Amino acid sequence: MNFAYAPNTPFEKKALHDINASIKSGSYTAVIGHTGSGKSTLLLHLNGLLKPTEGTVQVGDTLITSETKGKALRNVRRNVGIVFQFPEHQLFEETVEKDIMFGPLNFGIPEEEARARAHELIEMLGLPKEVAKKSPFELSGGQMRRVAIAGVLAFNPSVLILDEPTAGLDPQGRREIMELFERFHKEEGLTTVLVTHSMEDAARYAEHVIVMHEGHAVLDGPPEEVLTDAEQLAMYRLELPRSVRFQRDFERLVHHKLPKPALTEEQLAVMIAELAKEMGEPK
Amino acid sequence: MREVLSLDGVSFAYETEEDVFVQAVQDVSFTVRDGEWVSIVGHNGSGKSTLAKLMIGLLFPATGSVNVFLDPLTEDNLWVVRSQLGVVFQNPDNQFVGATVQDDVAFALENNGVSYEDMQIRVKEALSDVGMSGYHNHEPHHLSGGQKQRVAIAGALAMNPKILILDEATSMLDPQGRSEVIELITTLRSTTGLTVISITHDLEEVLLADRVFVMNQGKLAASGTPTSIFEQGTKLQEHGLDLPFALRLSQLLRHTGMPLVGDHMSEKELVNELWTSHFNK
Repeated sequence: MNFAYAPNTPFEKKALHDINASIKSGSYTAVIGHTGSGKSTLLLHLNGLLKPTEGTVQVGDTLITSETKGKALRNVRRNVGIVFQFPEHQLFEETVEKDIMFGPLNFGIPEEEARARAHELIEMLGLPKEVAKKSPFELSGGQMRRVAIAGVLAFNPSVLILDEPTAGLDPQGRREIMELFERFHKEEGLTTVLVTHSMEDAARYAEHVIVMHEGHAVLDGPPEEVLTDAEQLAMYRLELPRSVRFQRDFERLVHHKLPKPALTEEQLAVMIAELAKEMGEPK
Repeated sequence: MREVLSLDGVSFAYETEEDVFVQAVQDVSFTVRDGEWVSIVGHNGSGKSTLAKLMIGLLFPATGSVNVFLDPLTEDNLWVVRSQLGVVFQNPDNQFVGATVQDDVAFALENNGVSYEDMQIRVKEALSDVGMSGYHNHEPHHLSGGQKQRVAIAGALAMNPKILILDEATSMLDPQGRSEVIELITTLRSTTGLTVISITHDLEEVLLADRVFVMNQGKLAASGTPTSIFEQGTKLQEHGLDLPFALRLSQLLRHTGMPLVGDHMSEKELVNELWTSHFNK
């Protein structure tokens, strides 16, 4: 598919060039690329907020072309939830409960069901029960973000798209939110697409990585391949994940290879310790 | 070295809609000396952003005092003091006022009645200092995040401040933008001796600072050199902070039963120890 802003006008600006990619149902995909690489434009196509200028985007059974109209798009949006960057900026209701219920009610889910789901989500996201009746604006930043995420999960999307979901959070908040999505991904059998700057998060959570650069999908494959090729990544102004970088430096120095790429520091520690054992502990 | 900024028993509470006071900063005292690079860290809600607002006089303490160049900051001397402080905030898109890069850098100069000739020289110098010469007539929205923050820093530098305060200035940037800004600060410090106070979550940036102040629940929980702070390990994690990669990996290796001689802040140190004590045979 191709996408241009303001096509066929003097202001036409091509944003995506000849993208061919597929995301498997139930998979966890990371889309990485530096600022301006087209990754946010790409994700807007995944729930019909943008339509391709040329080519097609297929989401489930729905085929989206430049001609696709509202009804079909509504069906796509019903199934694909997007957590935008700084989602807490989109909170607006009087109470947390109402805010979480807004999406489901809009999609025609009965009020009692929507309320029950809201309360369930408040608990699942680790928020205190009392917040249900509070104004979302009285909560802390981290809590507000959880409420906004609950609002997306509330209509039970089968695909969850996350655009830099941890931007602006402290390290602990980042970890908690990422673990939360990991849990939802597994427990609810979601298809998850994470748009991120963090090579470490892509390495830790994703089983499929797409690298965007200047509107092209330049690399596409499992993290063990895509995230270990320092030269290729550098061409797209990206760095190796830290654990992979350390592994490379370590292997160069000790002249031994670890059995597989270390996508997390935990894997790295285990492999280094095993290698040390094999070589015999120092006297 | 002489003191440039200090907090003396500073407390501050916000009033909520229900007339409840929330203590954001509680009895905080510290001193920043001339030419120092200080990092202030803490989890979201630890009080560090309130601290930034107190240091630049957007808020005034309920008790205690904020002293800039040994004078307590008051509403009367606020404008004089602020002319000595450069401040760069988190969101590069919220702090642009000019239609072009040079207009933006000139904004504060114009407000302070600097002459046109002088302005031209200072804008040119400031943009050159941040590595953005040649971008004078660029429109801000065509710049990358890192470039925008460098222009924001140029705007602050044009006023020749003694102290540069960065309030999470790199937290919305991608890794490349972050490195650009951190590299710039390192260079500026070696060329100008500027005092830098940086509120940040970025551990690699913290490692470059001279001293670190850790905020937790509105209080100053710890202060010291980056090494001495990170040596506290798990205690830091209780404050909602992370540890540098090399230190986390050292801990994980110890858990597997591998003896290590010391704690390692840098990856180079750790890989070297692994080599010398475990694999060099």
